[in-house]
Amino acid sequence: MKISENWLREWVNPALSTNELSEQLSMAGLEVDGVEPVAAEFTGVVVGRVVSCGQHPNADKLQVTKVNVGGDELLDIVCGAPNCRQGLKVAVATVGAVLPGDFKIKKAKLRGEPSMGMLCSYSELGISEDHDGIIELPQDAAVGLDIREYLNLNDSSIEIDLTPNRADCLGVRGIAREVGVLNNLDVCEPEVEAVAPTIDDSISIRLDAPDACPRYLGRVIKGVDVSAESPLWLKEKLRRSGIRSIDPIVDVTNFVLLELGQPMHAFNFNAIDGGITVRMATQGESLTLLDENVAELNSDTLVIADDSKPLAMAGIFGGLDSGVNTETRDILLESAFFSRDAILGRARQYGLHTDASHRYERGVDPELQQKAMERATGLILSICGGQAGPIEEAVDTSSLPERASILLRRERLDRVLGVHIDDEQVTEMLNRLGLNVSVTEAGWQAQAPGYRFDIAIEEDLIEEVARVYGYNNIPNVSPTATLNMLPAQEGKLATTQFTSLLVSRGYHEAITYSFVDPKVQNALFPDHKGMELPHPISSDMSVMRVSLWPGLLGAAAYNQKRQQASIRLFETGLRFLPEPDAPNGVNQQPVIAGVLAGRRVAEHWDSNDDVVDFFDAKADVEALLALTGKSGEVSFSAASHQALHPGISAEVKIDEKVVGYVGAVHPQFAKLLGINGRAFVFELELNAISERHLPSAVPVSRFPSNRRDIAIIVEDSVHVGDILSHAKKIGVNQLVGLNLFDVYKGKGIEPGYKSLALSLHLQDPEKTLAEAEIQQAVDTVVRELKNKFGAALRE
Amino acid sequence: MELESIVDEAKGRIDAADDAATLDAVRVEFMGKKGKLTELLKGLGKLSAEERPLAGQKINQAKQHIQQAIGAKGDALRMEEMNRKLAEEAVDVTLPGRTLQPGNVHPVSRTISRIESFFGELGFAVKTGPEVEDGFHNFDALNIPANHPARADHDTFYFNPDLMLRTQTSGVQIRTMEAEQPPLRIISPGRVYRNDYDQTHTPMFHQVEGLMVDKNVSFTELKGILHDFLHHFFEESLEVRFRPSYFPFTEPSAEVDVMGKNGEWLEVLGCGMVHPNVLKAVDIDPEEYTGFAFGMGVERLTMLRYGVTDLRAFFENDLRFLKQFS
Repeated sequence: MKISENWLREWVNPALSTNELSEQLSMAGLEVDGVEPVAAEFTGVVVGRVVSCGQHPNADKLQVTKVNVGGDELLDIVCGAPNCRQGLKVAVATVGAVLPGDFKIKKAKLRGEPSMGMLCSYSELGISEDHDGIIELPQDAAVGLDIREYLNLNDSSIEIDLTPNRADCLGVRGIAREVGVLNNLDVCEPEVEAVAPTIDDSISIRLDAPDACPRYLGRVIKGVDVSAESPLWLKEKLRRSGIRSIDPIVDVTNFVLLELGQPMHAFNFNAIDGGITVRMATQGESLTLLDENVAELNSDTLVIADDSKPLAMAGIFGGLDSGVNTETRDILLESAFFSRDAILGRARQYGLHTDASHRYERGVDPELQQKAMERATGLILSICGGQAGPIEEAVDTSSLPERASILLRRERLDRVLGVHIDDEQVTEMLNRLGLNVSVTEAGWQAQAPGYRFDIAIEEDLIEEVARVYGYNNIPNVSPTATLNMLPAQEGKLATTQFTSLLVSRGYHEAITYSFVDPKVQNALFPDHKGMELPHPISSDMSVMRVSLWPGLLGAAAYNQKRQQASIRLFETGLRFLPEPDAPNGVNQQPVIAGVLAGRRVAEHWDSNDDVVDFFDAKADVEALLALTGKSGEVSFSAASHQALHPGISAEVKIDEKVVGYVGAVHPQFAKLLGINGRAFVFELELNAISERHLPSAVPVSRFPSNRRDIAIIVEDSVHVGDILSHAKKIGVNQLVGLNLFDVYKGKGIEPGYKSLALSLHLQDPEKTLAEAEIQQAVDTVVRELKNKFGAALRE
Repeated sequence: MELESIVDEAKGRIDAADDAATLDAVRVEFMGKKGKLTELLKGLGKLSAEERPLAGQKINQAKQHIQQAIGAKGDALRMEEMNRKLAEEAVDVTLPGRTLQPGNVHPVSRTISRIESFFGELGFAVKTGPEVEDGFHNFDALNIPANHPARADHDTFYFNPDLMLRTQTSGVQIRTMEAEQPPLRIISPGRVYRNDYDQTHTPMFHQVEGLMVDKNVSFTELKGILHDFLHHFFEESLEVRFRPSYFPFTEPSAEVDVMGKNGEWLEVLGCGMVHPNVLKAVDIDPEEYTGFAFGMGVERLTMLRYGVTDLRAFFENDLRFLKQFS
């Protein structure tokens, strides 16, 4: 809502500067978004009259004029505007004037002719964009008067960002009322005189949907001249409220909308067949709107209809066929109350949002229609002439909104606010707000005024009291609460434990969008169809991620393009897997994922240029899993994943349940992803790895441990992980440690085979092991490995 | 006389010894089994019983002198040897260390964890919730019925009329109150989504929601806790103001502004007393309990705290940006 400060001050004029007034409005909940002067800074511009105007002897497009600005002599002024003509009242920048942009007007000669000033356009004075020629002022403008004074330009447009509950402030009247309350001033409302009918013409009005439209006023005005010009004061008030002047009928209805907050509409009376019926649309009925779009109406939409057809979408938008144009002579003015529920959401159904729908959706004062009608009639008659008929009012009083009667309890007010405000002060504030209170034993009984749709329950009154009292006058107090200790499960790993670990391993945390490019995601995850956003920001942000990899790989590529040689990024967050059985059909799974690419370590005086490989990624995954203390239950096995290199990818399991993947990104996607070189990724389900074992201590053996190294030869295809996990399971009690310390292929080993060097650590809790016992244990392991994997002891 | 010259000779030789082996040879020469002093001691037997003690004493004194000299020289040589070795081992300590540079958490996470810690110490439990949310939790239960004008302000990403990306973390309030009874103190950080993308808006951003419900929670306490939070968060006593506003799920409602360095008020969070309809929607009796709720924009707080000027930088994940928050 944008209003002119001077207009507001016509209604109520507190002794406050513009800034103080803005501050006061903001602090009362009417947030002032901006204050702009209605014209740029300039001086020395006065009203003048063009006494004579003739062709410039040396220039086709210039005219030489003599202008009276009230001085002793007429001024010679050269002007290039095509609308400059004799008799015109104009805005004259005299010699010495300073126009916006510090443009000083000096004596000049233009193509040999003297010029003692300049005739100005609106744009030259920083008033509007209009630079179609010079300003044409009304004939009654007093010559010599300062134009700032004449046009009342020492004014500001105040832009107020109204919250949806304050529909009552969608007009100067409402804001003035609010300013009156805040400053304890009476509001002087302009007198609206009833216009006595001079003709009998009227129209019948039928309310077929009284719940939706309990009150409808219509008035016929005949013989109007729509081609008449709206007066300057009207155009200026509209302009300062951000509304363009169209024609006097539209301008007047807009003026009433801005002044009183009552939306109005004017029909071409002669386009109406019979009487007016306010009814619900029949499903599929069509209406051509003023913007020439055809709306197919739904049956939940209220329409203004005549005997044969809908004329307008009630409270939202007029129809083209019954619209007013310059040819129109006879009009029907509408001033109606439509209920909020009948308008809420309807405009949006048709992709519309109008000043009228904006107000009706939030609530219009149901008692305002008569006054608005008289106001508009008076203005139209004075501008366009014509004869007004009587006001026809159809009303269903039982359907008008009831004014809420609310009890505000003294005790509740104190309890919710935490501060005690004196009885008298509360009574006064409520009364000033028009709440018509009576003091009761418990507190106050109040009746909400019709224009306050937001006041219905006790809390609404508490808010009003707090607001007018001033939030910043309410003290700050530390909360009091019961000190109940929060549970903290030791067996639960917080996500921050995983993230801290990755951070200390060189990873930077990324936050990528939850919606990704379907081209990328569908390529990497052809079997997982992500949820599509019907109205995305852009097509490359249109599908919900089923993995964090698309986002992370995007971030990796972004950084590679910016010369980052070493990339380690991780992210935690939800992935969105559509699953029919999940709540709302989507499994929103927290995961931790990472990407690494490029150099293993930054370039350094004592390191080589190695790039990361699978075992760097795996090490990080192993470190994450180590936090769970479940090393015995964790396993990695070769896996095929469409996003990953078939030979360099593993599924990660805990207790045989897959909890994630780690591997090299499949090289076929390098181009699509814009990734240079090889990138490795991992992703683990956080819920599956966030439980950890609680320690269960056993005594440390006091007896020495013995190490025996063996080398075995197995076929290349045998997975070392299987050998290691099997060796650990072999029932040799004394085997307390097993380590793979070398893998060898090549000379001395038959092709297709590999040699593995293992160290076995043997120890007994009860005694020092004898050599024979040690050998026996080693033999058992070797025998088992031979049976299971065909391992041969390397001699 | 013979004794004195032996001692002098020994001292001379000890002084001249420049390594451990030479020094040891000197020791053997004078004090070894066939050493010069040993020979003299052996000669004591030839002396008379009267002369023997005095001569023995003298020889022993000479022996002690030589031993001390050898010991001292030995220490000096070892010291010299060690210093030489240490000097050889010296490194340029200004060379960069050989270690993997640690990474860092995202600035948004950094702010969230600071907020969690401030409120965590006051007993606020951290709760999270789903991001694909239904209409009941994102709107209805928060006193925003269908067609409410506030819905239009949310620029919601809908999947269908009843399924959407959450526009606020407030839904977690509802889920918590459905599951637990007061007294309640929670905060809920997380991603939220609005269909808006320009210089000052990204379609995804982060909020931290807070909720406290107890028998006598009041507006003064809401003011108190947020006032304290903002001072602790920014670690300076900046000016804070509470401005009446409107949220369907709180009443009275306020927006909170802080005074920026440029002298302009900056809105940093929204808050209010939990609306009775919200409590009723989760079967909590508003006559028995009152509560406050607040929601803060994490990116906005992070920008103010660290001087970030472009909101979009948070989601570009440029390492040169991220590393500044190490």
